[in-house]
Amino acid sequence: MEQAASNKATPMNASADHNDALFRYLLRLGDTSHILCHRLGEWCGHGPIMEEDIALTNVALDLIGQARLFYQYAAEVEGKGRTEDDLAFLRPERDFNNLLLVEQPNGDYAKTMARQFLFDAWNLLLFRALEQSTDARIAEIAAKAVKEITYHRRHSSGWVIRMGDGTEESRTRIVAAFEQLMGFTAEFFHMDDVDRQMAEAGIGPDLETLRAPWMADVEAVLAEATLDWPSATWSVLGGRHEGRHTEHLGYLLAEMQSMQRQYPGLNW
Amino acid sequence: MSPRTPVPRPKPSGAALPDEIFAGFAGAPMQARNVPGPLTEERARAVLATVPDPEIPSVMLPDLGVIRGVEVAGDAVTVRMSPTYTGCPATDLMQMMIREQLGAAGFARVKVDLVLSPPWSSDDITAEGRRKMAAAGIAPPAHRATDKRHLTGTAPDVSCPHCGSADTVMTSAFGATACKALWRCNACQEPFDYFKCI
Repeated sequence: MEQAASNKATPMNASADHNDALFRYLLRLGDTSHILCHRLGEWCGHGPIMEEDIALTNVALDLIGQARLFYQYAAEVEGKGRTEDDLAFLRPERDFNNLLLVEQPNGDYAKTMARQFLFDAWNLLLFRALEQSTDARIAEIAAKAVKEITYHRRHSSGWVIRMGDGTEESRTRIVAAFEQLMGFTAEFFHMDDVDRQMAEAGIGPDLETLRAPWMADVEAVLAEATLDWPSATWSVLGGRHEGRHTEHLGYLLAEMQSMQRQYPGLNW
Repeated sequence: MSPRTPVPRPKPSGAALPDEIFAGFAGAPMQARNVPGPLTEERARAVLATVPDPEIPSVMLPDLGVIRGVEVAGDAVTVRMSPTYTGCPATDLMQMMIREQLGAAGFARVKVDLVLSPPWSSDDITAEGRRKMAAAGIAPPAHRATDKRHLTGTAPDVSCPHCGSADTVMTSAFGATACKALWRCNACQEPFDYFKCI
């Protein structure tokens, strides 16, 4: 199909490059949703109150739904017979391209909510942009997911406000959480060749354009929570582009993938 | 030993639980599907109208607004269906039930295509679906997904499905399934499910 569309001006390997970039772009989207889904799933049965236990597993459910749609599409684009399950359960750590932020351990509820809010605010902007994607499949996944992410953001921002403008204890915890996590948000806006290629093709946004609206949203919520912007100035990159992760992802994958590793081909 | 008197199931005050909330469970309606007849789209749609939402069994799939199209060609039928939420675990079950019921009705080949676009909205729930939801004790979406209160996050005015009071409060933005939130009525004190507006 791709070859038929190519002509003399665009050599055959141009479409191969495009497909490879699209495959990697889809994996980044799928991996980020999938890994955060797993982290939220770790709260199941451990939530501070039942309503929040239910809330996090509901958010996790939306995320696994989104991850599956991206993995299914990625598997088709790759065209090597791999399935969504192969992509989820049989790739090693270095092949995972999730954001470093979402693999960070849950910590206390303040850390989980700070992580969720920083992510939801960015993810909502990203998916609103993806709704305009020239790739119809990505656009329709995004249009569906935007409704869910809007709901997630409302929930997580509500907790940031409640904890920041709450008791001394809750405030201390949410401040500490933002200090620990803010350095991972640099990855939200960092572009590599794959991102640039997708942006040029109109498939995804220039991530740098998300920075100003994201900062405005986070600042507004922090202000309502009577919190200052975190003072931490360090930042780190590497997960989404290169598969260089913090020490936490390996343990997460070891647990998540253990069934397929021990019983290859296992089916429900 | 005298046989135990069965204890009647307590009902929420003021709430009538019509039998139709049990429709769709094993043994309930659905027998009509085995009546022989021509394999038409009308027939396929009539069968689909007996397939319940596995999580709200009194609400049938067409009531929920998830059926996007039905095409019949000879003894083959293709149903286009939209999932409510991307991760809704009932989606697989709905597809399976559609295949089972249309197969039992005589269609030799049944295909269920999932369509994402345009995305399903709670606005797609029919008036009949809303009525059945309320009858099952679930408050239907209070306003349209395009309502600006949805964007601002302002709480909608939700009426208690048990006593009808508008004096209600949300206790949790998330509920027992992806599509519901938890609310409580301040008038009759009963908790209830609210079908989220998306």
